Amino acid sequence: MNAEIRNWIQIGSLEDIPRQGARCVKTGGMTVAVFRTAKDDVFALEDKCPHKKGPLSQGIVHDGCVTCPLHNWVISLETGTAQGADEGRTLAFPVRLEDSRIYIDLSHSHEAV
Amino acid sequence: MSKQKLVIVGNGMAPGRMLEYLFDKNPDAFEVTIFNAEPRVNYNRLMLSPVLSGEKTYEDIITHGDDWYGEHGVTLHKSARVSDIDRTAKTVTSENGVTASYDKLVIATGSDPFIIPLPGKDLDGVLTYRDLDDVERMLEAARRGGRAVVIGGGLLGLEAAAGLKMQGMDVTVLHLMPTLMERQLDPAAGFLLEEEFKRRGIDVRTKANSHEIVGDEAGRVKAIRLDDGSQIEASIVVMAVGIRPSAELARAVGLDVNRGVLVGDDMRTSDEDIFALGECVEHRSMCYGLVAPLYEMAGVIAENLLEGSAEYTGSATATKLKVTGVDLYSAGDFAEGEDREEIVLRDASAGVYKRLVLKDNVIVGAVLYGETSDGPWFFDLIKKKTDVSEMRETLIFGQAYQGGAPLDPTAAVAALPDDAEICGCNGICKGKIVSAISEKGLTNLDGVRAHTKASASCGTCTGLVEQLLQVTLGDSYNPAAVTPMCGCTHLGHDDVRRLIKSKELKTIPAVMQELEWTSSGGCAKCRPALNYYLVSDWPDEYADDYQSRFINERVHANIQKDGTYSVVPRMWGGMTSSKELRAIADVVDKFNIPAVKCTGGQRIDMLGIKKEDLPAVWADLGKAGFVSGQAYAKGLRTVKTCVGTDWCRFGTQDSTGLGIKIEKFMWGSWTPAKLKLAVSGCPRNCAEATCKDIGIICVDSGFEIHFAGAAGLDIKGTEVLGQVKTEEEALEHVVALAQMYREQGHYLERIYKWAKRIGYDEIRRQIMDDADMRTAYFNRFVHSQKFAQIDPWSERVSGKDKHEFNPMAVLSQEAAE
Repeated sequence: MNAEIRNWIQIGSLEDIPRQGARCVKTGGMTVAVFRTAKDDVFALEDKCPHKKGPLSQGIVHDGCVTCPLHNWVISLETGTAQGADEGRTLAFPVRLEDSRIYIDLSHSHEAV
Repeated sequence: MSKQKLVIVGNGMAPGRMLEYLFDKNPDAFEVTIFNAEPRVNYNRLMLSPVLSGEKTYEDIITHGDDWYGEHGVTLHKSARVSDIDRTAKTVTSENGVTASYDKLVIATGSDPFIIPLPGKDLDGVLTYRDLDDVERMLEAARRGGRAVVIGGGLLGLEAAAGLKMQGMDVTVLHLMPTLMERQLDPAAGFLLEEEFKRRGIDVRTKANSHEIVGDEAGRVKAIRLDDGSQIEASIVVMAVGIRPSAELARAVGLDVNRGVLVGDDMRTSDEDIFALGECVEHRSMCYGLVAPLYEMAGVIAENLLEGSAEYTGSATATKLKVTGVDLYSAGDFAEGEDREEIVLRDASAGVYKRLVLKDNVIVGAVLYGETSDGPWFFDLIKKKTDVSEMRETLIFGQAYQGGAPLDPTAAVAALPDDAEICGCNGICKGKIVSAISEKGLTNLDGVRAHTKASASCGTCTGLVEQLLQVTLGDSYNPAAVTPMCGCTHLGHDDVRRLIKSKELKTIPAVMQELEWTSSGGCAKCRPALNYYLVSDWPDEYADDYQSRFINERVHANIQKDGTYSVVPRMWGGMTSSKELRAIADVVDKFNIPAVKCTGGQRIDMLGIKKEDLPAVWADLGKAGFVSGQAYAKGLRTVKTCVGTDWCRFGTQDSTGLGIKIEKFMWGSWTPAKLKLAVSGCPRNCAEATCKDIGIICVDSGFEIHFAGAAGLDIKGTEVLGQVKTEEEALEHVVALAQMYREQGHYLERIYKWAKRIGYDEIRRQIMDDADMRTAYFNRFVHSQKFAQIDPWSERVSGKDKHEFNPMAVLSQEAAE
């Protein structure tokens, strides 16, 4: 009976995001960066680098990671954790892709799970 | 005491080397004047074959550029063939009327190619292979295609044949003797060589005696007829049958001359104050055509010019064929004889043939084919007349097999004595290289080349030099000292740039595939670099990948610490107007821009703009005529100017006007790192041009062009590129320099770092001295500007990349719950 209750919200379609790019979703006080990789996987992170709050949506997307535009921290798109020697984690949200329609669930972040 | 006057007739490799020795020992002893019949500086004749085959260019083989002569106070008369020497008055006079007096004279007139007195030898299209002019003529012929017939299957003939083949011609080699290179090779090795050349599609005919060169009505070569009556069509005929000393001048002025100019062991001719050097010399009945003996002579003369008493006693010679992919080495004398024995090793499947000729337990000759790494070791044994009876059994297997278990090659090099010669071209021994490595702290091949010249000529000893580095430096030597671009590849920037061009890679995925990237899609370090290289190399074909650009270049504004952006419109040459200032003021008010600041590049920066507002800000600025200042670009930023002759009482030229011209010409171009220029109207230099990437200082007589300054992380004054007379020339030189940097710089490498890596002299040579090269750079820049000069702001105002500036969705609080 541990089935999680998901709160999927459609935010757009795959074509809205350039490959190896990102778009933002604004929700209340928070901005969520939604990334599309070269292989068309989609991930969502809070648009805030754990280092100095740089907008991750503006970074270069490569190999399942994004490099923050401010100080080049590399953040995993899947988990939101900083790679390499840097330490920190940003919120990551579940994403579901259905016929190229993108849904995210902002009620669960990976950190909370 | 006033300096003595030294005059040199001829500017080949031998006198070049002699001067190096001389300046090394005493730079101030002589005032030197050189007469050169060729219109050039000194270049490495050994490397003509790689130039012919296209593996190197003339620029690559220059040994002394114009600057070298300047630095050493040498007067070089180019295109000045000496016609007379007055030995009583001690003067030298050239055909074009230049006269110079001398205290000491060196005749280094070299040699002339031997022309076979065949009917038709004067036809258009009959060439020799001796200097760069010959190479250029051959290259020109190669572009027209057809068949080249090379007469002569010796060293030069075969190198010419291989080169012409690589240039796409059909090639036939005619050789009088039964086997190729019979002077250096025994028949077995000659046969192997012939097979190799045939395998490359070169038609080799031995025992072929030419009878006549046949021409067409226009007096051009059409074919060649042999003694046996057969005829081979030919669009060029290259005669490479040998050289003979060029001793006419010496003969004409009454010096003792036989085949060559006769010299004693002190290298003096029959006139006490005249030396002879190089291929024009006959010493103890020998004339030499290889470079090592000439360099030995050069050393002796340098010594004796300085009142020394050095003696030249003749040289043993070794030869390598410089045809890529053919390993052939021969040294000493290997005629057969009653008192001689030989040791032969054949390995047909590996294509290896080695033969040693011994006399009285001493090696007198060695021929190696297919595997030549032991060549210098055998040559050393020949020169030293080492008794080899102890190691006879294993001698032929080479140095690694001496003394029991096989040694690794590094150990073999370590075991060489200090006086073993490593670089035959330049006569550099092991001891000199090792001491240079430790004393100068050298860590790589380039360093050794720069300090000792070892491996800097034909390059065949490169492996040995690398092993010496290994032996001397131990584990701290990293032969692959190229720093890889990033973790995705082992290739350095230079290799990647070269391969992009040579393999014609035109997309990022193509580069990653072909160059075997280890990551699937690159990283934030290599992707922007690759994107730049592709934009720079294929301006008309490559589609710029914005996702591989850093955010500033992707959205054409500068990201700030809080995620807002700053915007800097272009103000040409730092000039503005009330209309422009009013438009800026209006934009600042309309969008509540929190900060406005003057930049160091004489423009106005508006800071703190929200990303969503950028297109609207640009739209308003565009209406006032502004375009992007590209203050975010690895590309042309600003051209800072002073007010020049318009206003300043000291101004010498219209510096503002020139700055604006340059900026209007160059805006929009991408460069490896940012590029900031300045033009100062007089040497007071109010535009601070002498710490810019490229700067111009106006003077009364024209424009002094500077480059490679820095005033950031590093502080560095500029280097002077040179001076030009007109604005047009100034623009052309600046643009050509920028293009050279665009083509060669590593991504994010500022111009001062690039220039240091390439060498200031090399840059001056290509941009100041070589008009053709400068024009080519200039034209490539102009071509790429066609695709680059599009204002990115107005593009985005018209809707390009709209997705960049709007959120994909705005969710209300409730929806998220």
